[in-house]
Amino acid sequence: MGSKQLERSDLGALFRELAAEGRTIVGPTVRDGAIVYDEIATDNDLPIGWIDEQSAGSYRLVRSGRDGCFDFVVGPHSWKRFLHPPQVRLWSARREGQRLAIEEAGHESPRYAFIGVRGCELEAIARQDRIFLEGEYVDATYRGNRQDSFLVAVNCGRAGGSCFCVSMGTGPRAGAGYDLALTEVIDEQRHYFLIEAGSESGRALIDRLPVREAGAVELAAASARIEATEASMGRSMETDGLRELLQARATSAQWDEIAKRCLTCANCTMVCPTCFCTTVEDVTDLTGDHAERWRSWDSCFTMDFSWIHGGSVRPSASARYRHWMTHKLSSWIDQFGTSGCVGCGRCITWCPVGIDITEEVRIMREAADREHAAEEGVQ
Amino acid sequence: MRKKRRPKLAVWKFSSCDGCQLSLLDCEDELLTLAGEIEIANFPEASRAVVRGPYDLSLVEGSITTEHDAARIREVRRLSKRLVTIGACATTGGIQALRNFGDVRQLIPLVYARPEYIRTLDRSTPIADHVTVDFELQGCPIDKRQLLEVITAFLHGRKPRISAASVCIECKRRGNVCVTVAHGTPCLGPLVHAGCGAICPSYNRGCYGCFGPMESPNPSSLSDHWLREGMNPDEVTRAFRGFTANAEPFRRESERHERKE
Repeated sequence: MGSKQLERSDLGALFRELAAEGRTIVGPTVRDGAIVYDEIATDNDLPIGWIDEQSAGSYRLVRSGRDGCFDFVVGPHSWKRFLHPPQVRLWSARREGQRLAIEEAGHESPRYAFIGVRGCELEAIARQDRIFLEGEYVDATYRGNRQDSFLVAVNCGRAGGSCFCVSMGTGPRAGAGYDLALTEVIDEQRHYFLIEAGSESGRALIDRLPVREAGAVELAAASARIEATEASMGRSMETDGLRELLQARATSAQWDEIAKRCLTCANCTMVCPTCFCTTVEDVTDLTGDHAERWRSWDSCFTMDFSWIHGGSVRPSASARYRHWMTHKLSSWIDQFGTSGCVGCGRCITWCPVGIDITEEVRIMREAADREHAAEEGVQ
Repeated sequence: MRKKRRPKLAVWKFSSCDGCQLSLLDCEDELLTLAGEIEIANFPEASRAVVRGPYDLSLVEGSITTEHDAARIREVRRLSKRLVTIGACATTGGIQALRNFGDVRQLIPLVYARPEYIRTLDRSTPIADHVTVDFELQGCPIDKRQLLEVITAFLHGRKPRISAASVCIECKRRGNVCVTVAHGTPCLGPLVHAGCGAICPSYNRGCYGCFGPMESPNPSSLSDHWLREGMNPDEVTRAFRGFTANAEPFRRESERHERKE
């Protein structure tokens, strides 16, 4: 099946069809001065006419001057909020005489439809799939939320100030893993979407939408928009040899320089779409007859995260930042076969003091190059 | 079931507004259960009936601002097997510690008609400056769920589940939009101890730092960022001169930006 085109005025049909499948539709919408992901009902809930201006430590919504539905990039939320929720009750227990009665939490997993998943986010979901669904231990909560999810991707028509998906090979065109992919095109005459299926359920859904075949003109317009995005990335990161570079620079003075600015507040890990760490805590009521076990998003930037008998393994900010960045860009590759970074830029934008991972990599490289040159000079 | 002796609880007040100890009475749904598990032996806000010490658990509210306070806290410590301080006053010196940045003798006539009646120390200090404290529960006021957690942990002989990480973690778990990054609102959240559930940012306001410093605060980084964003040094000083102004990292930071006369 070739690509189709869907008129902007018919976008509501996509929402109606997904709702008719009994799906909980989650997508971008404006709230509190940002574009967040939340349950939405119709295309009117989309951030129509809004774009986000992003830089290190700053995010502002501004009017775009046209009525695009997806002209913004990524915001403070990611899909992990829904697939890997911030707080989950794992089980509870009651004391019954001399024994404990354990009750499983029994999660209600919605049949999600995610609208507006970007290329970097599809890759982030794939990386969390690898962690939670593959290997010996499968995470039941994640599986429940993920297994019947329907992903409507959007090819980015604009690059944000913190975006570097091109460097990480994750965008701006959606790669594998979507059910449907949209490219929004607005020209003088028309406002429409190029729509492509990436799965059987995506194909089945397209058949129920008022679409027409896309012609050479529409295909060219959509490609041109994605190529323009590709050419205007806000940031870049040289990934060649990055794994080895960071491994070799564990004692670099740069970590202490970063620590002067790092707040160890954990915002970068909370907004990162691949960061997956949690803490598990037991709570009891006053009587001790009822207990619950809760799992919550945690961060390698807290002291508790690496607390073992006698104290925290990483008490300094430099050790914590180094751990996070080295895991994300280097040891993640050893562990899971890919980088842990998808180039979405959230950690840059949402750092309250604007620490920029791409800039820190660049400084690391320059220091390594200088040292290398000095060694060559000595020889 | 074996009948166990209920541990004896005492609540003590020093220089404070009573808000934190009232959090105990705010535990309306849990209050009867609490009274079943622990003997409320000394709690003047709730009852004039006082059971003599020693006490298994003392909750101490307020800071030390008089010589009498300084002597009395030692007596409270002597009577208490476990001593837990509650609130910004008891853990940092409270809002009344603003006197620490000036000369209290110049302040007294501004407040009291008969200054000669006032006998006070020149500084307001946290309880831990005077006696050994077993656990500090931060907040202005404290969070009643956290208070229940501390008491519950005490009853069951386990560590209280109180995170010392930043408010940002609570904010992000709630799904709030960051008021600093998205609105340019100064917010102390990245420096401040979690526990309130990120109340102020949830209503689009910056964190005021009621819960005091988090486990590894970096105030100079945040205030340098504020200065770059156009805040003036007086505003930076004032941002740190709140309910927990005397907490060491905040005190040092406010003094760093204070204009020298």
